Amino acid sequence: MTTHPTAGELVAAVSAFLERLTPTLAPREAFMARVAQNALGIVWRELAQGPTAEAAAAARLSDLLGREGSLEALTSDLCRALRDGELDAASPGLLEALKANTLAQLAIDQPDYRWRAEGAPTRSSAQEST
Amino acid sequence: MDDLAQALNRLAPELASGGAGIEGLTQLSGGASLQTFAFSVMTPDGSVPLILRRRPVALAEGATAAPLATEAALIAAAGARGAPVAQVVRVAGPEDGLGEALVMRRVEGETLGRRIVRGERFADVRSRLARQCGEILRIIHATPPPPGVRLATSDAAGELDRYETAYRASGAERPVLELAFRHLRSHAPPAAEPKLLHGDFRTGNLMVDPERGVVAALDWELSHIGDPAEDLGWLCVNSWRFGAADRPVGGFGDYEDLLAGYGDAAMTRERVRYWQMLGSLKWGVMCLMMFTGAGGPAGEAALERHVIGRRVSETEIDILTLMEGAR
Repeated sequence: MTTHPTAGELVAAVSAFLERLTPTLAPREAFMARVAQNALGIVWRELAQGPTAEAAAAARLSDLLGREGSLEALTSDLCRALRDGELDAASPGLLEALKANTLAQLAIDQPDYRWRAEGAPTRSSAQEST
Repeated sequence: MDDLAQALNRLAPELASGGAGIEGLTQLSGGASLQTFAFSVMTPDGSVPLILRRRPVALAEGATAAPLATEAALIAAAGARGAPVAQVVRVAGPEDGLGEALVMRRVEGETLGRRIVRGERFADVRSRLARQCGEILRIIHATPPPPGVRLATSDAAGELDRYETAYRASGAERPVLELAFRHLRSHAPPAAEPKLLHGDFRTGNLMVDPERGVVAALDWELSHIGDPAEDLGWLCVNSWRFGAADRPVGGFGDYEDLLAGYGDAAMTRERVRYWQMLGSLKWGVMCLMMFTGAGGPAGEAALERHVIGRRVSETEIDILTLMEGAR
């Protein structure tokens, strides 16, 4: 891949342009510009974190299901096992694996989303993943 | 907008006594499904602030949303029993030239969730809101459905069927949603006597005054007959806590206060949390449906829907948190 600039740097530059433009826009367009910036943020984080997150997610599902495969194939298998009731919330390691995978996805989609774990102070997924 | 202003000008005498015309017509929100406008009727005694809700395109056959006339009947029925509502002034007839529309009193207050759960102005009233919501839901659930009004009836199994069908149709494969469908089917609480539900009772649809608390429950278009715990659980879904995740009821209160306000020993925290999980699952599927892939809107029209499509993961962490036993 070309690194001068990287795809992430291109996205960041477009985002900075949009940020400067937003205050000059009519309310509806300004709202959509913020949505667009939000979308670029997701792309930027996916470019940076996606490959590592995907490999880690596949490794967790591989451990859980006891076989190798692509993330897509393992996800498909897991969905079928859950649908058929072969695995459920009481299955050892299931909730832990799903939670780790979900947190990695959330760190890309919405790092500022606040959720709460039992007995713990409120924290965001951004804090959780660091 | 000019046609709308003309139609409202003609209607002014019917909307307020001595109404001579209207002023200040402003669109507050507008989607493909429903538009909201603010305006005032001028009378010799001053101006009367009103809201117009209008459906620009007719409802599809079998749509989930109720017609506006049904909404008006429900608001009148619940309002008569003491639920805080924005009173309906007129249900538009064909002769009014407004299409399918309602004119309602404009209630002063705040609907923006972030301000209600975080704003300094609401710091005092916040601690009372959960109890008040319980009291309001008790009134709504005790309201007999108005005669002649047709409402859908649904229970947990029915909701799971409907949303699982939508999930399968999306073609997405999400292990947490699969787990939730199965889990909720096998953990359904005993069936409750079906009641009239608001259907979308959550922060964002509640008009809140800094002193008096909830002054109106808005947006009755998803009202239906079902398990009363559905309304309480929906209010607790983390997606409507606007960042105040440590306050499970609407981002402003605790389960104890909501249940105390509701005042029915049969309404337990477990039932509320069951419907809270089902609520997160429903919102997750709705987010998935927003992204409709190649068949959906293209280009700019797709932007907002695509970004909402990336909110599925928030519902997944909320579902998992509930399964772990946390709130």
